[in-house]
Amino acid sequence: MEQPGRPGLIERLQNRARRGLVTSRRHLGRRFVIGVPALWLAVFFLVPFLIVLKISFAEPRLAIPPYTPLFTWLHALPIPKVHFSGYLYLFTDPLYLRSYLYSVMVAAVSTLLCLLIGYPMAYAIARADEAWRTLLLMLIVLPFWTSFLLRVYAWIGLLQNDGLINNVLMSVGLTGHPVTLLQTDFSLYIGIVYSYLPYMILPLYANLEKHDPALLEAAADLGARPLRAFLRVTLPQSLPGIAAGSLLVFIPAVGEYVIPTLLGRTDQIMIGRMLSDEFFDNRDWPVASGVAILILLLLVVPIVLLQRVERSEFEAEAEAQAQVEA
Amino acid sequence: MNAQPSTSPDSAPPYVRLEAVSKKFGEFLAVDAVSLEIRRGEIFCLLGGSGSGKTTLLRMLAGFEAPSAGRITIDGADMSAVPPYERPVNMMFQSYALFPHMSVEKNIAFGLEQERIGRAEVRRRVADILEIVQMSPYAARKPHQLSGGQRQRVALARALIKRPKLLLLDEPLAALDRKLRERTQFELLNIQERLGVTFIVVTHDQEEAMTLATRMGVMDRGRIVQVGTPAEIYEAPVNRFVADFIGSVNLLEGRVVALGAADLTIRCEPLGCTIRSAHRVECAPGDAVWVAIRPEKIVLAAEGGAGEGQPGENRVAGRIREVAYMGDVSICLVEIESGKVVRVTLPNRAGTAMQRDLRQAPVMLSWDAASSVILTR
Repeated sequence: MEQPGRPGLIERLQNRARRGLVTSRRHLGRRFVIGVPALWLAVFFLVPFLIVLKISFAEPRLAIPPYTPLFTWLHALPIPKVHFSGYLYLFTDPLYLRSYLYSVMVAAVSTLLCLLIGYPMAYAIARADEAWRTLLLMLIVLPFWTSFLLRVYAWIGLLQNDGLINNVLMSVGLTGHPVTLLQTDFSLYIGIVYSYLPYMILPLYANLEKHDPALLEAAADLGARPLRAFLRVTLPQSLPGIAAGSLLVFIPAVGEYVIPTLLGRTDQIMIGRMLSDEFFDNRDWPVASGVAILILLLLVVPIVLLQRVERSEFEAEAEAQAQVEA
Repeated sequence: MNAQPSTSPDSAPPYVRLEAVSKKFGEFLAVDAVSLEIRRGEIFCLLGGSGSGKTTLLRMLAGFEAPSAGRITIDGADMSAVPPYERPVNMMFQSYALFPHMSVEKNIAFGLEQERIGRAEVRRRVADILEIVQMSPYAARKPHQLSGGQRQRVALARALIKRPKLLLLDEPLAALDRKLRERTQFELLNIQERLGVTFIVVTHDQEEAMTLATRMGVMDRGRIVQVGTPAEIYEAPVNRFVADFIGSVNLLEGRVVALGAADLTIRCEPLGCTIRSAHRVECAPGDAVWVAIRPEKIVLAAEGGAGEGQPGENRVAGRIREVAYMGDVSICLVEIESGKVVRVTLPNRAGTAMQRDLRQAPVMLSWDAASSVILTR
């Protein structure tokens, strides 16, 4: 018999079990929420990365797979066999170094062009009437609705020797023979800037749209002309947006493959093209993997920067939110 | 129906002059032909409810909005074509509009940096003004690290640093709590006196206007309804809107029955009696008027000891319906026989604090003829 007023042993055990179940269920939920994306990243990002890293330390050979294994087995003991020949090759052949530098230069110039074109656009949209803003943002995003490849091909149609631009130039009489536009740096920049402009405009708009118009009035009231007010008030406050937009353009532009292949120069290739050539044409997997690893190293700094910018933006927002609530 | 002739003790030309200034937003007339003269060194309060046009008027003075019609002159110069950054005017914004990416010091120095002033001079003047607003220890802080009251003082310092002759303040105390507000009001007065700046203050808070203003203008639907000193406006409102907007008031409908040399007699149906008023206005017997009586001007006495010590020439009997104890005063709602409820405020002197059990007690209300203000509009 149970004593009244005091829970019996079985009851207590049941209670504890129930509590345990509840807490473990709660933990399960939390683990699930974090676990799914973590698993996704591990399977589709970390593991492939490790495989590429492994291949980069191998030597090519004519077999399947076309590279030497990392471990050789000796009496059931794994003996690692690390080759640096791939990397050595990358650093000794100036072709690769030039290709890297060219890629960084193209990405940097493209980022600057995107910023110069995108900032005024983002500013104008942020200052536009409420009703117009949605429409203008829509127009920025609209190109994403058609295939990226299709849009780049369309530029070929516009830029080639008997393309639209040359035909217009000749019919107007500005030039007697077609101007070479395609497969130049010019066409490459057009392709990259055109394709990546939205990635610059959207974060800039998100930043500029939050600016308090009273701040510009305050600057004017204190004697600052419009340009000075912009430089002292708007520009410094939009730096996080500039950083986010620039990195969103720069990072993918460095490794861009499709645009330089279709629109770019033939005498100077970018590093993304280099990677694909090594892999598919030369079938030199270790060198191709080495190229990939070096691109990643090249981008680690800007990627870390991007994350820091995003975090500080988030924190500033949280702080502002906390202030509003207080 | 605009502005009473403003009493001008000195013959100095007005510092700020508005001539029939109007502002239209689309079809909406935000400011309707406002004419106003403000003298040097005044603290002029524009008082009105939301949508009365007071902020639009202030923004036109600062140069953020251009008048649709009319002319604004400051110190004799026409401001029509002068952009905000060239006006001899500084403004303190309602939201304070402090630059979030700059420290307190940088915020305040901003105005001076737009002029050709040496660094040492800028630093000295910033330090001085920080001293005045008592913010020196916070010079290196960013605005988001400050409390509301501190931000308000930084905004004031930033607006004062260029030593403007005219300072515009948009609801300067709205974001402060009551205690801080009272203190800041006196600080503002103090600073205004020390620096000799002309203030134009926009506010919806009549208490704020009363304590700050040397003169005030009451605005309603884009027009200035009355201009005068706080006392003039409180004691002699020109119409029911002003009487009702400033302070609380008992408004009673009546009809003029007799005109004396210096007084009026009004038959007041809601009270069921006649009221004598020493407030002589232009009217004829038979005219419908309103009698405005401030609640604190009515004296309350127990019915029994009627009359003794009651100075009032006007008397009416009633019954206390409700008493609200407010600390410094008590508010009584007294029901007259006719059913009309009259509001009376009584100071809570020692031992006379009103008790809730006074409810239903029969009382006699009385007030002076001078306290019955007659309104014809």
